[in-house]
Amino acid sequence: MLVRVMIEQSTSPSAPPIRWHIVTGKGGVGKTTVASALALALADAGKKVLLAEIEGRQALARVLDTAPLGYGEEKILIGKTGGAVHGIAVDAETALIDYLEIFYSMGKAARGLRRLGAIDFATTIAPGVRDVLLIGKITEALRRRDNAGEYIYDAVVLDAPPTGRVARVLGAAHEVAQLVKIGPLKRHGELVTSMLADPSTALHLVTLLEDMPVRETIESVPELRSLGIAFGSVIGNRTSPVPLPAGRITQVDIARALDAAGLPTSRTMLASLAEQTRGHRQRQDNETEHRASLETLGLPYVELPQLFGGINRAAVRELGTRLGDFA
Amino acid sequence: MRSLDLDALVRDRTKRIIVCCGSGGVGKTTLAAALALRGAELGRRTVVLTIDPARRLAQALGLEELDNTPHPVPGINGELHAMMLDMKSTLDDMVLAYAKPERAEEILTNPFYESISSSLAGTQEYMAREKLGQLAADTRWDVIVVDTPPSRSALDFLDAPRALAGFWDSRMARLLVAPARASGRGMLKAFSLSLTLVHKVLSKVVGAQLLKDAGAFMSAAESLFGGFQQRAERTYALLAADQTAFVVIAAPRAESMDEASYFADRLVRDDMPFAGFVVNRVVQDTVSELDAGASLRAAQVASSPVAAAALRLHAGVAKEATHQQVLIAELAAGHPDCSVATISGYNEAINDLDDLRGVFPELEPAPAK
Repeated sequence: MLVRVMIEQSTSPSAPPIRWHIVTGKGGVGKTTVASALALALADAGKKVLLAEIEGRQALARVLDTAPLGYGEEKILIGKTGGAVHGIAVDAETALIDYLEIFYSMGKAARGLRRLGAIDFATTIAPGVRDVLLIGKITEALRRRDNAGEYIYDAVVLDAPPTGRVARVLGAAHEVAQLVKIGPLKRHGELVTSMLADPSTALHLVTLLEDMPVRETIESVPELRSLGIAFGSVIGNRTSPVPLPAGRITQVDIARALDAAGLPTSRTMLASLAEQTRGHRQRQDNETEHRASLETLGLPYVELPQLFGGINRAAVRELGTRLGDFA
Repeated sequence: MRSLDLDALVRDRTKRIIVCCGSGGVGKTTLAAALALRGAELGRRTVVLTIDPARRLAQALGLEELDNTPHPVPGINGELHAMMLDMKSTLDDMVLAYAKPERAEEILTNPFYESISSSLAGTQEYMAREKLGQLAADTRWDVIVVDTPPSRSALDFLDAPRALAGFWDSRMARLLVAPARASGRGMLKAFSLSLTLVHKVLSKVVGAQLLKDAGAFMSAAESLFGGFQQRAERTYALLAADQTAFVVIAAPRAESMDEASYFADRLVRDDMPFAGFVVNRVVQDTVSELDAGASLRAAQVASSPVAAAALRLHAGVAKEATHQQVLIAELAAGHPDCSVATISGYNEAINDLDDLRGVFPELEPAPAK
């Protein structure tokens, strides 16, 4: 049900389906993994999806074991029932040249200016212009239609900058539109702002069920709310994967199981296992508290378990399936 | 694998500046604070410059509000001061110090200044380095521990200030500051043509008015940023000095370890004083004689549901611990001359100084004074 909300529609039943998923969260909580898994879940539901990053980190390529992504929107993953994930790493320079080409047929001149360092300069002189160009490219992909008038992409998933920077990046369009009184950039900024505010856009917050990320998530909400973007879901990532049933853990029970499996046991081993289990119990109790804190936000909540042994393409597939399973 | 002795590092009298670097979410700020506390309790007069500490860590350090000056941390057997970087006031101070009085006023009130001081890439790194330079000039401190800004890449701390300063010096900036003056001085015709083209394209992008405002701001700030360039060079030299030690912090996950590795390569290549890696929050398998496969087999035949869950969880721990040890071994193998420290165990929330002391549980207790 919850991910049905995430994948199919906005929080209000009458609202249009979500086409732009913006995934953010504190550094190190697994934004890239979650964004990739979400893109894959959408592709598995038969959708054509663009998965985008804008900070030049090549984080998507790393998680998905692909060659470094460029500007070309190559197909990087195949979903079930005809869906697919395309990938793009947007950089400001190419986005600017692209922008000048599309709107002014000035691409050639712009490429020449790149050599003069003018492009770098233009995106540095007005703070925010760079961000507007990056986000602007995403909105261009969202608006793009084929000859039959159908959208090229059913959805775009943005692996956004972390919570500490995302408001500035997404808010840049509005700021630039304020700073620039007239002209094309103002229109561009206004267009981006209106798409961010569209009910088909959703901002998802990824967090770990730990003290600092949960706090930061909750504290970030008022500022993010002021951007005028509708919230999608909160995603609790890397949670303890096997719930411990109620009841005391006894060394006798563990010894019996090891015995039944024909494994040797020792007193220290049993004591260590019992101790380790108490640690897991503590962690799960903490997670229960953090879940309750997150609930106060009143947003849909989804959870992805910790997968052991590192994140790779197979792990992303598994997480994508789990997101789909919620439906 | 050579092991990095953090205790020895904060004790080392030849080291005065310890820079904690790493990607976001690896525990940089907490480690910086813990290292500083350690240094202070080992008898060195220590100051820690934090960038954006979580509220409770700030409270644990006695920092109730943003303040740009070092404050003594109470409750310590030694001398520890802590401070948070206030970007805006650091920049304001620099403007007042380097610009002529009438220019300073013009700069500080320009609408451009506000956005530049808060959002121009590299400003935060620049200000952190500037603050470090000021602390280093103060003989009160035996040790200065620096947390670095949460940026896209750890390299930004090295490169962004220079790039920021260089930007003002660029040919483009000069053209923008005084296009009329430049062409009036009999510039080469070809250059003048390309200038016109630059203006045309820039106007398309940012609008003519904005370009004019920016030009006005930049000509007011021109002399100022020459000073900035020199400062950026000076603080870089400070980072490269023998009295400095870089500690690169990583989480035991592939992407974080890769980034740490990349950053260390850069430090070594540029002859920067790299002390070693700290891999934070390493999972420790305390039951290593029971591997993941065996543990899962036992879970399947367990009659007690709690024991079955416990064994499945142990299988996960065993698998994860093995994975992390491989990552650590790869990091060490890739940097045979570098030292690695690992920190296992994790306290979710740092609420007080004792929590902070517990970050390095393996260290010997500080000798009584």
